[in-house]
Amino acid sequence: MKKFGGKVLFLDRSDINTDEIIPARYLTEISKEALKPHMLEDLNLEGFSPMDASVRDAGVIVTRANFGCGSSREHAPWVFEVNNINVVIAVSFARIFRQNMFNCGMLAIELPEKTIDSLFALSDRGAEIIVDFNNDKLTVMTGKGRETFEYHISGFDKALVEAGGWVEFADARY
Amino acid sequence: MALTLAQKIFQSHLRDEPFPGTKVLDIDVVMCHEITTPIAINDLVARGKDRVFDPEKIKVVIDHVTPAKDTKTAQQGKILRDWAKRQNIRDFFDIGRNGVCHALFPEQGFIRPGFTVIMGDSHTCTHGAFGAFAAGVGTTDLEVGILKGVCAFREPRTIRINISGKVPEGVYAKDIILRVIKKLTVKGATDCVIEFHGDVVKGMSMEGRMTLCNMAIEAGGTSGICMPDEVTADYLWPFISADYKNKMAAIEDFRKWWSDKGCEYIKIIDIDVTGMEPQVTSGFKPDEARNVSEMEGTPVDQIYIGSCTNGRIEDLRVAAGYLKGRKISPAVRGIVSPATTKVFREADEEGIIKIFMDAGFCVTNPTCGACLGMSNGVLAPGEVCASTTNRNFSGRMGRGGMVHLMSPAVAAVTAIEGKIADPRKFSKEAAQ
Ligand code: SF4
Repeated sequence: MKKFGGKVLFLDRSDINTDEIIPARYLTEISKEALKPHMLEDLNLEGFSPMDASVRDAGVIVTRANFGCGSSREHAPWVFEVNNINVVIAVSFARIFRQNMFNCGMLAIELPEKTIDSLFALSDRGAEIIVDFNNDKLTVMTGKGRETFEYHISGFDKALVEAGGWVEFADARY
Repeated sequence: MALTLAQKIFQSHLRDEPFPGTKVLDIDVVMCHEITTPIAINDLVARGKDRVFDPEKIKVVIDHVTPAKDTKTAQQGKILRDWAKRQNIRDFFDIGRNGVCHALFPEQGFIRPGFTVIMGDSHTCTHGAFGAFAAGVGTTDLEVGILKGVCAFREPRTIRINISGKVPEGVYAKDIILRVIKKLTVKGATDCVIEFHGDVVKGMSMEGRMTLCNMAIEAGGTSGICMPDEVTADYLWPFISADYKNKMAAIEDFRKWWSDKGCEYIKIIDIDVTGMEPQVTSGFKPDEARNVSEMEGTPVDQIYIGSCTNGRIEDLRVAAGYLKGRKISPAVRGIVSPATTKVFREADEEGIIKIFMDAGFCVTNPTCGACLGMSNGVLAPGEVCASTTNRNFSGRMGRGGMVHLMSPAVAAVTAIEGKIADPRKFSKEAAQ
């Protein structure tokens, strides 16, 4: 089983859309790797620069509500994947983005707004998150200590991750 | 048990329920375009599974960047073209007979009430206008759709929107859906289907209903849906006349898909359009619609009329009604992209292309590259576009550019004034 987790990139805004995650001008690429330098290139967020070390080193994204709204482009999960980000944690996701994440064997975890608030409270401490996939728990670690939260994903989404994605799951079953 | 239209489609198409609440459905139509399909094809080839579940149920078009603008887009087209040939996909629409997917495929009669439809494109919800369950999906869902003819969804919940009242002069389906999205917000319909009901919807053409359903995704909705009726039957008649004794029989048959009395809605919203103003968006989210009177006078650089939302013949007729005998402002540039080859031809035959050209518009071939900032109308940083498309995300039509969403009527008078204008202040007597 893949390891899920890493340093946290905090994106403090709701409704971050797929155009911001990977702009349409790169949709002419036919390899995932070619997307790599363009992650979050057009993100509209004060103080954010896609060139920051916190962006390059991230393994997990923590953000607000309705993440990944807009286009159906799976280039959004792919650009995270090729940049070694395989978990996005948010208050809520747009349906297609969420499904695309699980279809690629990646995690889109929804947590209550209050929990997300408490994660954001750690944003200036270089937080790291490790997901315990088998037990549906995630642990946040900072210089000051650690805290564990439970999360819930559907049985289907879990099975997709275990299978390695929807193509593998569907191929074995249909 | 009383069921919604979506629930009936789920029941009739259920292939498997691998986990409670997850429904794997048989898919009637898998639609493909050159932006999201080539990677799926390459992946299937790499896996040694270069097959399709049924070549007759796969519909393919090159529409986003056509003609190709560079080597990369030419390559995307080539992958699709070669694949369609290799897999004997008969319904492949190349340049010369292509069009924006969500305008072209309905026009070809590919969608029927009760169908399940997927495409690697978020505005696939458009096809719900025919009483279908039509959802945008990512490339992996598309890939499995191509290979196995199935797709997984959560059990749908339905929001019902009743639209009533007298539609004022200058107000169209676009204004109404912008107002609906404002009410729902950009996430108000996530994981839901939106049903459109009421006299206003009953009185709408299929074109108007497609404009409504097209933007369901802008409220997060999985599919927009209208109940299939005599308007649907009229539109589809050339394609279904062999299947039914007469139109009445078709309408009767369609009714079986209608949501039952007493079915469960998670939300019911009533909207009275009487007295409403034309709508224009102001920010970078589609739910930020305002009355045109608040937006009047906002300067713009480009006017774009086209897209899967508003590039159909009815839309061009409306715009031409305002443009006839008038010129667009020298301060702006106007671009019109008829959505399909058929729309282009009809517009030509009706004299609409000439009206646009006389007014100073550039008429492009059917394509939608401008809508997502890929080709044929990309904005420069700092530029503003008055657009009949469906998304006003920051940089959507070009990095650093801004988009105001509006109906073809508002777009046409905005072109004339060179700044956002109110169609109710313009006479249409010049029109035919
Ligand atoms: S017109 Fe715009 S929204 Fe519609 S399919 Fe084309 S790019 Fe997508």
